Amino acid sequence: MKTSSAGLENADLPLVCWFEDCHKESIPLVGGKCSSLGELINAGVRVPPGFALTTEGFRRFMSEAGINSEIQTLLKGLDTQDMKALENVSATIRGLIEAHPFSTEIEDMVAEFYRKLSVRSCLPAAPVAVRSSATAEDLPGASFAGQQDTYLWIRGTDEVLHHMRRCISSLYTGRAIAYRANEKFDDELLAISVGVQKMANSFTAGVMFTLHPANGDRSVIVIDSNYGFGESVVSGEATPDNFIVNKVTLDILERTISHKDIYYTVDTKTQVSRAIEVPLERQKVQSLMDDEITALAWMGKQIENHYGRPMDIEWAVDKDLPFGGNIFILQARPETVWSDKPRPVSAKAGTSAMDYILSSLLEGKRLD
Amino acid sequence: MKFPKPHDVKDIPGTEGWERMYPYQYQFTTDDPERMEYEEKSFWFYDGLHYPEPIYPFDTIWDEAWYLALSQYNNRIFQVPPVRGVDHRIINGHVYISPVPVTDPEEIGRRVPNFTERAGYYYKNWDRLEAKWKVKIEATIKELTDLQIPRLPELEDLSVVIEGVGESEGYHLIKAYDDLINLGIKCWQYHFEFLNLGYAAYVFFLDFVQKQFPSIPLQRVTQMISGIDVIMFRSDDELKKLARKAIELGIDGAITASQEWTEVEITLKDLPKGQEWLAALEEARYPWFYISSGTGWSHKDRCWNDDLNIPLMGITTYIQKLKEGADIERPMKQVCDERDRITAEYRALIATEEDRNTFDELLSTAKTVFPYVENHLFYVEHWFHSVFWGKIREVAAIMTEHGLIKEIDDIWYLRRDEIKQGLWDVVTAWATGVKPRGSSVWPPEIEWRKGVMEKFQAWSAPAAIGTAPEVIQEPFTIVLWGVTNNSLADWSEIQDDTDLESITELKGFAASPGIVEGRARVCKSANDIIELQEGEILVSPTTSPSWAPAFAKINACVTDVGGIMSHAAIVCREYGMPAVVGTGHATKVIKTGMLLRIDGTAGTVSIER
Repeated sequence: MKTSSAGLENADLPLVCWFEDCHKESIPLVGGKCSSLGELINAGVRVPPGFALTTEGFRRFMSEAGINSEIQTLLKGLDTQDMKALENVSATIRGLIEAHPFSTEIEDMVAEFYRKLSVRSCLPAAPVAVRSSATAEDLPGASFAGQQDTYLWIRGTDEVLHHMRRCISSLYTGRAIAYRANEKFDDELLAISVGVQKMANSFTAGVMFTLHPANGDRSVIVIDSNYGFGESVVSGEATPDNFIVNKVTLDILERTISHKDIYYTVDTKTQVSRAIEVPLERQKVQSLMDDEITALAWMGKQIENHYGRPMDIEWAVDKDLPFGGNIFILQARPETVWSDKPRPVSAKAGTSAMDYILSSLLEGKRLD
Repeated sequence: MKFPKPHDVKDIPGTEGWERMYPYQYQFTTDDPERMEYEEKSFWFYDGLHYPEPIYPFDTIWDEAWYLALSQYNNRIFQVPPVRGVDHRIINGHVYISPVPVTDPEEIGRRVPNFTERAGYYYKNWDRLEAKWKVKIEATIKELTDLQIPRLPELEDLSVVIEGVGESEGYHLIKAYDDLINLGIKCWQYHFEFLNLGYAAYVFFLDFVQKQFPSIPLQRVTQMISGIDVIMFRSDDELKKLARKAIELGIDGAITASQEWTEVEITLKDLPKGQEWLAALEEARYPWFYISSGTGWSHKDRCWNDDLNIPLMGITTYIQKLKEGADIERPMKQVCDERDRITAEYRALIATEEDRNTFDELLSTAKTVFPYVENHLFYVEHWFHSVFWGKIREVAAIMTEHGLIKEIDDIWYLRRDEIKQGLWDVVTAWATGVKPRGSSVWPPEIEWRKGVMEKFQAWSAPAAIGTAPEVIQEPFTIVLWGVTNNSLADWSEIQDDTDLESITELKGFAASPGIVEGRARVCKSANDIIELQEGEILVSPTTSPSWAPAFAKINACVTDVGGIMSHAAIVCREYGMPAVVGTGHATKVIKTGMLLRIDGTAGTVSIER
């Protein structure tokens, strides 16, 4: 049986906390996703602001709702091979969780954090993304343990609270239940955190590598960018603009302005993003300003320095905020293609200057 | 890439017979099939770096001097394995050069141990040998300075008899001329003692870093070797010192009152503090005003000591700047801090410990060789050459007196062996008491040569001739002339584009980073920098240390010739202003007053028309 260090309720722990109060040791409290966002913020990186319902808040909700024993009863004797039964139990449990209001204490707390978040975002009822954040450290195969549910473009306290419960209930999807049963995981140790993050209403977005993806040159930062959300860049649906920036000096070394025909934007009614055509007059215009390129590359450099390795980063430029505070990092993960490659040693080990000069002279310089 | 064949380049009508103005080995052959084949297979590129204009017959001396010196060090002294020397030709007054490769792999192999032993010895003992070099070169310059060019007297001094000298001034004149030429050739022997190795160390440091970081701009590599104290800045520093002293003494008004040195000098002589300042000036002049207004390669490049109006302009600029409360010092601390920062950052990005060690070794070697690579220019091209041109003018004065040439500047139209012949004519005629034969031979020949030189001037020299190789191994060719397929393609493109009026963008080497917009000021020579206005963009054929005061006024610099290590490139990096060098044709395409956008990071010059 696996055990969790996140044990029983603890009155000293916060129920809700800002991302900036999280760091890489906060996984038991706020899960992997929120702690890594906190880590980025503390590294000086601008991340869309947000807060988390902590695992402590989760436990408080569950115990105050008084549904733990009911859930255990429902799960007892469940044949996880029986898909129909599994889905029925899952739906019942999820219904139970989603029907239960938070306590006034938690509701007030979330409402206050959400209000502050809206103020910080300079928006009335800021649209947010509500996501589950699993305590992955304690749960191998975490993606099954707590489903990676994400709800985008959520506005208003009631909606936020509702979707927070939906994230919590995602602990009890059929697959998650079956997975834990197979792993003989003690459901009493189960914990989840929910992150509430301001939606980056991106004018431009894309990806950034802190090395050259084509040749592994670590002295450059390479940025791909298109209008709208980063989806068009990540999925490869549009040919993005490409910028190569000197990592050491932050000079822009190369600009390739592409013909960008589509971009992703939000349909506020259905609250999903969809691809639409880029207005003709903007199709061949540089999608990211030089100042933004430099600022973004600077952030990339900070992130690489913080993690001590080349990184693969998703970013966005917010259209609601003025330059100087409008570039956000949405995600940062280690770059793996070049970083994991064994390095060919370009000079023989211990080559002296003389040996190098001699061997280079013999080789000559190709005219290219 | 296609370039004309050497034997297809046509003479300019009216210049037929021009070949006799230069040594015969400089001609492309027409009567020797073996040599013709070699010439056609070789790649000859126009040495616009050293000769932006057609070469005068006398000035060929420095070309022959380096033809010998560079090649001997490459091939006979250090034996660089894959390359012999650099061969030379002249077409229509333009010098073309070609590195000669060793093609047989076995022969290259046989050369390796010699090179390793010999070059290795120089690298290992660099500082000691360089100190020795300084003694040799200073002794050579002293010998030159002390060399007397005697006038031919009506009657030899009585002391010749009393002291039993047994030699006449006629003999002394011939000997002095021989000594003068020999000192020049000797000085150029020293010029290349360290230079090939210095450049090799430099080139392959650049090469190593570029292999590590394929996207690194060359200017960032050279920045790692910036901020090293070199003599190049010394003359300019003397002007700054003199400006400060003038303000201290309260006589700055007398200096800024006129652009004519002779007037300023008269005023200063009447002021008690003026005398003190003049004494300081005298002290600075020798040797620091032996700084040529050009590269020093041409007799036309006069030095500050020849024309004190140039340093006067510099001093005036600095006085004005100081009065405005401006800081006239090069920002050395920032330059060094930034150098150390970027060096450390790049170093940290190198993946393996082994490569970091090689980087450290190559960087340290490049830093060791850097002062020589820069400083030799002051000793040889500036100091020695400036004194040398003056001595040749003294010889010319004697030839003028004896009617062989009409005026001093006619001497440059004669080959140095023709001058020797002429001097024999003069001294034998003087001894004998008759008219020299040359007085009716040389003046018409010189007239004709003047016409030829004018036609050469108007000729548009192809960037290269012959067959482009796939690989170039000669270190100079790469770093100094920046010969790459791209640069050649850019040159030949503009060569074809006859309509200079329509060009809106020039490409060159990104020599110093940054972007600046401003008005152009085209200065063809250092004398023109007096025209420069604050904030303009200097457009010039090339620059040299004597142009230094210009950099206090301008916001960016563009040159026709030069690579990443040219004077303009180095100075702009030290001042932190953008520069694009080696554009090929900037002074032809750009006119004063045009609005330019200089991108020193990308190496482009945009011209608004």
